Amino acid sequence: METAIRCRGLTKTYDGKVEAVRGLDLAIETGECFGLLGPNGAGKTTTIEILEGLLEPTAGEVEILGMTWQGHERELRELLGISLQETRLSEKLTVRETLHLFGSFYRHPASVTEILEELSLTEKADAMVGKLSGGQKQRLAVATALVGDPKVLFLDEPTTGLDPQSRRQLWEIVRQFQRRHGTVLLTTHYMDEAERLCDRIAIIDHGQVIAAGTPLELIAGLSGHHVVEFAVHSSNGGGDEMWARLPGVQSVRSEDGLVSLRVDEPHHTIPALLSAVQMKGAQLVHLTTRQASLEDVFVHLTGRHLRED
Amino acid sequence: MALPEVQIEPKKTQVSRATNGRWAGYWALLSARMKELWREPEVIFWVFAFPLLLAFGLGIAFRNKPADVTPVAVVKNSQAQNVIDLLQRSPAKNAIHADVLDESVAFDRFRLGQYALVVTADDNGLHYRYDPARPESLLARTQVDDALQTASGRTSPLKTETTQSSEPGARYIDFLIPGLLGMNLMNSGMWGIGFAVVDMRQRKLLKRFIASPMRRTDFLLALGSSRLVLMLIEVALLLGFGVLVFNMKVEGSLLAILLVGALGAVSFGGVGLLTASRAQKIESVSGLINLVMMPMWIFSGVFFSYERFPQIIQPLIKALPLTALNDALRAIILQGASLSSQWTQLAVMAIWGGVSFVVALKWFRWS
Repeated sequence: METAIRCRGLTKTYDGKVEAVRGLDLAIETGECFGLLGPNGAGKTTTIEILEGLLEPTAGEVEILGMTWQGHERELRELLGISLQETRLSEKLTVRETLHLFGSFYRHPASVTEILEELSLTEKADAMVGKLSGGQKQRLAVATALVGDPKVLFLDEPTTGLDPQSRRQLWEIVRQFQRRHGTVLLTTHYMDEAERLCDRIAIIDHGQVIAAGTPLELIAGLSGHHVVEFAVHSSNGGGDEMWARLPGVQSVRSEDGLVSLRVDEPHHTIPALLSAVQMKGAQLVHLTTRQASLEDVFVHLTGRHLRED
Repeated sequence: MALPEVQIEPKKTQVSRATNGRWAGYWALLSARMKELWREPEVIFWVFAFPLLLAFGLGIAFRNKPADVTPVAVVKNSQAQNVIDLLQRSPAKNAIHADVLDESVAFDRFRLGQYALVVTADDNGLHYRYDPARPESLLARTQVDDALQTASGRTSPLKTETTQSSEPGARYIDFLIPGLLGMNLMNSGMWGIGFAVVDMRQRKLLKRFIASPMRRTDFLLALGSSRLVLMLIEVALLLGFGVLVFNMKVEGSLLAILLVGALGAVSFGGVGLLTASRAQKIESVSGLINLVMMPMWIFSGVFFSYERFPQIIQPLIKALPLTALNDALRAIILQGASLSSQWTQLAVMAIWGGVSFVVALKWFRWS
């Protein structure tokens, strides 16, 4: 497979002190959907904007479709579709006029009618942008990126602030683009989005890639990819060490009275857990088990949650 | 059971793809800009309706009244009627309106400006009360004295003859319309470019544009062209208004007026672009725009001649782009001057516009 986007040793320092990106390497294959997952302020937007040629890196190399920004800016712009975080398009133009405007910048634009159809905006074609809902505006923003008929699509937080239905609509648009062999790079701080939409993911924290791979690989990489969560009522508080001694437990975290155990084999751990609770004379008030998620991977790697709010 | 794989060709590869020419982006930007302007009611008001309202209001307030009538108060006493009779007999009787009033009332109303002169007649002769600081009062004293003396039998030792002459373009409205046109070109250039650019920067639309293959020069050209289109409408409206409503006479060539207007529009477009080259917020650019325009509203002779300002600052005033624009417009519209006779004014505008544009390009931030 060919590499569509590659960067090595990417560094960005603002005002000589704030290090937003600290030595980042990525290689994104043609036709895949690659996600940069990380909390707010991790350096995702800085990274994607450097790759988009909108920010100059302090150090490092960027190569898109085998070309560099210094040598081939015009050619690259013709081949990329970019949707920025929070662009507010002109409110006094209609959806169709907006797409026509963006299409006019490309030598070989896609048909506006087809793009409208593909992004379910046909009904709103003659509505003013100012009158669109949040989901429709976001679809239009992606449409302005697709109207150039790009080979690579960059989406910076495409579904932030959208309702679940609008998010799923956008995911479908991304998948359609991929089916036409398009390459997608997106940033997100939603782990479910990364998990369902992306072929591969790089988890970013403090301007560095702390883990990369397919969602399954990342989760499987956790020793213990099942999570047992429970809460107990007890007068004498036995600490986390007690749970850590249960068979098959890889790690213990407790937050607000809820204890999470990462385990390899829940069918061995749970019976032991139940008898331990009984022996302690405590009462179990909550018990669930689930597959580990990317969130657990992030928590495991950083000790923090993706969305601290 | 294995289904035979049916390969459905994506239809877009079938259709012969549209190809955009070199100027497609420019035309689309210009047309989008014009649509946005047209759909913004405030723009329509400030650019088109406001200057017309201003011209109409000021034109009415300062219209030349047919033969001004001088209001005069005659203090009520035994000889008041005498004065009235004399005025009635004088050749200037139609130009003077006299009322007989009690002394205190007459003085009060004189103070309030209702009368230009108070005449008191007694045994010692006539007594005029007037205010030398009020031109109409000064005029009334001379006019009434002359009328009374003539009616009493004074003859002029010198034979005189007079011819009435109203030069075209000598009325206030004639002075005003070119000034308003200049001011309007400044306002709409500064706001039309400065405000629009910062608004787009704040919306991150500028950044979105440069993320596409849009040519940056096309963007600036389209902004400038939209100013020229608007300039045509502004000139046509204000001049047309002056001609139709106030019988204004346009002496110079229309082409010269349009060329001066175009240079003015582009020059202020450049200054507007410079003002907006870095500002991140609408609020900060609004302040800047007003700061830049303020001295020109005051000094550049929009509503009154800048000759009234001290001699020492005249060169500074003449170096302002709006002064140059107003002077050139007035010379061409009112006196029929040729374009070449206005070369200093044209140069002032070109330098302001050119230097601003170059510096603006150097400083300009797209994000």
